[in-house]
Amino acid sequence: MTGFILRRLGESLLAIWGVVTIVFFVTRILGDPAALLLPIGASDADIQALRAQLGLDQPMLVQYGQFLLNAVQGDFGVSFQHGRDAMQVVLERLPATAQLALTAIAMGLVIGTVAGSIAALKRGKAIELVVMAVALLGQATPVFWLGIMLILFFAVNLGWLPTGGYGTLAHLVLPAFTLAVFVSASIARLLRSSMLEILKEDYIRTAKAKGLLRHTVFFWHVARNALIPVVTMTAILTGELLGGSVVTETVFSWPGIGRLIIQAIEAKDFPVIQAGITLIAAIFVLINFLVDLLYGVLDPRIRANR
Amino acid sequence: MTHFLKDLSRSRAGLFGFVLLVVIVALALLAPLLDLPDPTRGDLRARLAGPTWQGLFSPGAHPLGTDEVGRDILSRLIHGSRMTLMVASTAVVLGGIVGTVLGILAGYKGGFIDRLLMRLVDIQLAIPLMLLALLVVAALGPSIRNVVLVLALTSWIRYARIIRAQVLSLREREFVQSARAIGASTARIMFLHILPNVLTPALVVGTLELARVIIMDAALSFLGLGVQPPTPSWGRMLADGRVYLSSAWWTVTFPGLAIVLTVLSVNLFGDWLRDYFDPKTRSAK
Repeated sequence: MTGFILRRLGESLLAIWGVVTIVFFVTRILGDPAALLLPIGASDADIQALRAQLGLDQPMLVQYGQFLLNAVQGDFGVSFQHGRDAMQVVLERLPATAQLALTAIAMGLVIGTVAGSIAALKRGKAIELVVMAVALLGQATPVFWLGIMLILFFAVNLGWLPTGGYGTLAHLVLPAFTLAVFVSASIARLLRSSMLEILKEDYIRTAKAKGLLRHTVFFWHVARNALIPVVTMTAILTGELLGGSVVTETVFSWPGIGRLIIQAIEAKDFPVIQAGITLIAAIFVLINFLVDLLYGVLDPRIRANR
Repeated sequence: MTHFLKDLSRSRAGLFGFVLLVVIVALALLAPLLDLPDPTRGDLRARLAGPTWQGLFSPGAHPLGTDEVGRDILSRLIHGSRMTLMVASTAVVLGGIVGTVLGILAGYKGGFIDRLLMRLVDIQLAIPLMLLALLVVAALGPSIRNVVLVLALTSWIRYARIIRAQVLSLREREFVQSARAIGASTARIMFLHILPNVLTPALVVGTLELARVIIMDAALSFLGLGVQPPTPSWGRMLADGRVYLSSAWWTVTFPGLAIVLTVLSVNLFGDWLRDYFDPKTRSAK
């Protein structure tokens, strides 16, 4: 087990290093920040002076080495737009993104698990068809369009909820639900098929034959085993939402990391782009690492194999 | 082929998806032949006209309404589908070729190449695809070619992982072992013996990827980083129509519905295709 943890830890660190490297070189292609930071008509001498000050006149590899050295200490430089430490600017947005992502995941998990279980247990009934049709539609709907449609209906027409912004619980409802629709659709479909597989297993027949109560069989034998793929899916979705709700955050003017990074890309604010993407990647890698550990708890067979 | 169609006609969802997809593709291909208003020419007297079915077949009718400069939405949707389908399918095929080749190489050769590839996959998976796409398009500039490249970049991993897993088991099969025993070269084994056997899973991955890539393409255009105006694109229509949300619901509703229907048809057909080619579920039927 220790060997496994150490190996996974090594792989995780390697992945983060790779992300940092890719982001460094891609941002260099974005353009010359020195030319953007100065007003139009600035002299060449001014541009050169600023480049020297930002360290942009150094050879690429020297810049990269320096960048890595600073990044390890969490120092991604000063944001060009905000004039403050870039990582700090990103971290200030983390609570908003985390609040949205975790609410959406929680809502999606509840809806998806209930819907998926119903679909599996009521196989062949009308309700299964309805649940699966809704789930399919949910998966085919782009979140940004769903968001706009919900704004149109609940904010513009009915006036029940704000069209966008951040602060109160009312602001959270629409963006969280928008993301939750996608999450629950994926989870419901996955849980249904994984439950149908398990219901066919011999140990379920054994459990029923030895006279266990129906809900004992369901919770201890079916649900527990069917949850393993759901855990993986939840981890992937959490990672995606923490960094990927870019479009939803834009639609609802939600002041999260995704929107911050988009604005930083538009403004060519290198330090913020680098700090933001590195943070998101680190969170994603950490979640996956934890999930791998969780498997062992859920499935003793995996634990034994290590 | 007959078996294929027979099986398809037995699955209601698969058939629905297939027919819908054929209709969408046909409309896109035939768009220039249809008598549609010019999708790029506005009519300022008919700005933001609501959808109406009156005089449907008379010239100047706008069954789905017009946008903020009076362009016919139906015509823009159909012409926009050409771009969406072209960009998405090119990206999926390109990603498929790269992913399949790398998957076969990693799976068959193993060792260093395999480890390198898997680490590369890990790294790319750690960056949310949307952010990666945004960053790369911003760096290279928004053009059709760059959007295709970026979408292919987000797609190759899924092929590579699945093909690699397939190859790992194919490698141990007798026909590969005997090919090796009679002295076939590695390249020959990979192309003549392994490749034909992974085309089916590649096709299934490709169909499901197409759905994901269509949504992503729309999202990129929505954020202004996709195909540039005046070429109509669904994502851009959504973004432009958003401003008139409270007064002209049709400007955002119909482009979104077009995306949903297209993705739904591809997903339904892809799900059926996966079951059709999966011997485990097929024999159970």
